[in-house]
Amino acid sequence: MISVGGRTAADHRRPSVYAVTSVLRLDGVDRSFGDRQVLKEVSFEVVAGRMTGFVGGNGAGKTTTMRIILGVLAADAGEVTWQGAPLSREARRRFGYMPEERGLYPKMSVREQVTYLGRLHGLTAEGARRATDALLERVGLGERGDDLLETLSLGNQQRAQIAAALVHEPEVLVLDEPFSGLDPLAVDTVVAVLRERAAAGAPVLFSSHQLDVVERLCDDLVIIADGTIRAAGSREELRAAYTTPRFELVVETDAGWLRDQPGVSLVDLDGARAVFDLAPGADEQPVLRAALERGPVRAFRPVSPSLAEIFREVTQ
Amino acid sequence: MNTFEATRLVAAREIRVKLRDRTFLISTLIFFLIAAAATFLPPLLAGGPPTVAATEAAAGPLHAAGLQVRTVADDAAAEQAVRDGDVDAAVVAGPAVLAMKEAPGEVVSALSSEPPVRLLDPDAVDPTLAFIVPFAFAFVFFITSQTFGVQIAQSIIEEKQTRIVEILVAAVPVRALLAGKMLAGTLLALGQIGLVALVALAGVASGGDSGLLSLLAPAIGWFIPFFLLGFVLIAAMWAAAGALVNRLEDIGGVSMPVQLAVMLPFFAVIFLNDNAVGMRVLSYLPFSAPTAMPLRLFTGDAAGWEPFVSLALLLVASVGFLLAGARVYEGSLLRTNGRTSLRTAWRG
Repeated sequence: MISVGGRTAADHRRPSVYAVTSVLRLDGVDRSFGDRQVLKEVSFEVVAGRMTGFVGGNGAGKTTTMRIILGVLAADAGEVTWQGAPLSREARRRFGYMPEERGLYPKMSVREQVTYLGRLHGLTAEGARRATDALLERVGLGERGDDLLETLSLGNQQRAQIAAALVHEPEVLVLDEPFSGLDPLAVDTVVAVLRERAAAGAPVLFSSHQLDVVERLCDDLVIIADGTIRAAGSREELRAAYTTPRFELVVETDAGWLRDQPGVSLVDLDGARAVFDLAPGADEQPVLRAALERGPVRAFRPVSPSLAEIFREVTQ
Repeated sequence: MNTFEATRLVAAREIRVKLRDRTFLISTLIFFLIAAAATFLPPLLAGGPPTVAATEAAAGPLHAAGLQVRTVADDAAAEQAVRDGDVDAAVVAGPAVLAMKEAPGEVVSALSSEPPVRLLDPDAVDPTLAFIVPFAFAFVFFITSQTFGVQIAQSIIEEKQTRIVEILVAAVPVRALLAGKMLAGTLLALGQIGLVALVALAGVASGGDSGLLSLLAPAIGWFIPFFLLGFVLIAAMWAAAGALVNRLEDIGGVSMPVQLAVMLPFFAVIFLNDNAVGMRVLSYLPFSAPTAMPLRLFTGDAAGWEPFVSLALLLVASVGFLLAGARVYEGSLLRTNGRTSLRTAWRG
């Protein structure tokens, strides 16, 4: 595992209003199904007030990890702690969970089942009713609250599912693929609601295989492959760590001369536009000067790797 | 919130959903009508006391016997009334009784003096009743445990199939989920048969036969605890069966043993109901005790201590099945890939 930004960095970026212990922590979690070990020594943190993206291919162990956090599955070894204490059922009751495979009661009205789930999570009858009304309004289901779930469109059922995960104002949110199957409008609604929760101080862990969505949303990132954590840290830290110093240069004529420039290895050359990596320790300014000596420079900028590129690199 | 409270919430939801379910309401109504028809109708159809035509002189003892007497002018008119079908019988000079085809027993006994009768076993049961009552008990237990057992299984499968079970398990203890469903099923079943029993008793009482009522009361009194424990026994099996599959369509495969455990004792009790040894054995076996023991109490075959022993055996069996059912339920609830084998579920 490559750990970027250990505890010190984590402490540094944590908003000061939250206690130092407002962290959901996994520590050396193992899990096997029969002979197949699906999680090996999984450790990472989800910090209060931040959206943490959890990415990995199919079968990498995302869902198993989330189920262990929620206590739906037991870990063979290791520990999950919240605010420094091992998770109890009482603590988990204040978590919000959206499982990967969706489903609510088809023959119950949306309002009724969201209220019911609120009550199971410890709300009073009155509290659950109020929270449900407010939340259905918030996710755009105010008008459909009394309809049976099965009469709703798939997109609206997804919104109901989000409401079901949030009704008890959870302290911690764990969402397995919350955006899959959502239309763009619903994605925006859900993103807004999740950001509100994060801003209110909840750690939000969400998995996704849509790397572009994760890239847009997450503050922190955890990458898992074959049951092991390959990288974890803030988005910026990961970018910095996985950037081989790469630059884009656009000149007026052909940029082919870059091939002969010391310390430069060309990644892509398309006439006047070139993308190149610099050897470790090499400086980009001499390259820029060399370019200016040859004529006008239209663009010269560092290129950050996309999440997809980082993902490919760490999971190889 | 503790397990008890979670159980209560789960049970409340199950009951609320069931009380809005059209199939459930209709089946309850049909049960209700059957019980009403079986108890209210026979006295009505049996009609009142026979009508008798007689002259003024002969009418005295007939009035005294509570018969409906039609006074006629002479014996010829009395005979004509019988022939015309206006009355059931006539009493003419002699005295002689006239009727069309059958000798009217009540008229005859009104005119004759009977020797006093002393019954040595006054509680002995009418053979018709001796067949109908056990059949009714066995039938009620069979139908109810089957219907509500299947519903518990269906409700478990629904939660597995829709995957809402993952959210539920993350929020409340698995045992609370199972306990809530069992509690709701038991309450609904008891409520339904309670209603039906009330109608049946009202029907019997309206027939004015208080003897039958006092005879039935202890049997029904014993039937309730036997029914309760027997229901838990069967429902625990249904819960385990439901937890093993993921789709409602698959329930047939796992429910066969449960169906047999309900059906075989039912037919055994029906067919062996006049076999004393057979009934004694059946009244101690947990699966047939809920129907066989109240029945033996009804016919007066069982000694006073016997129901307690049988009930204790049933209690042990029910607790055992409940624990085993809970273990299978917990072991298979979150296995959502196809059918779980009993062995896998047991190992958890």
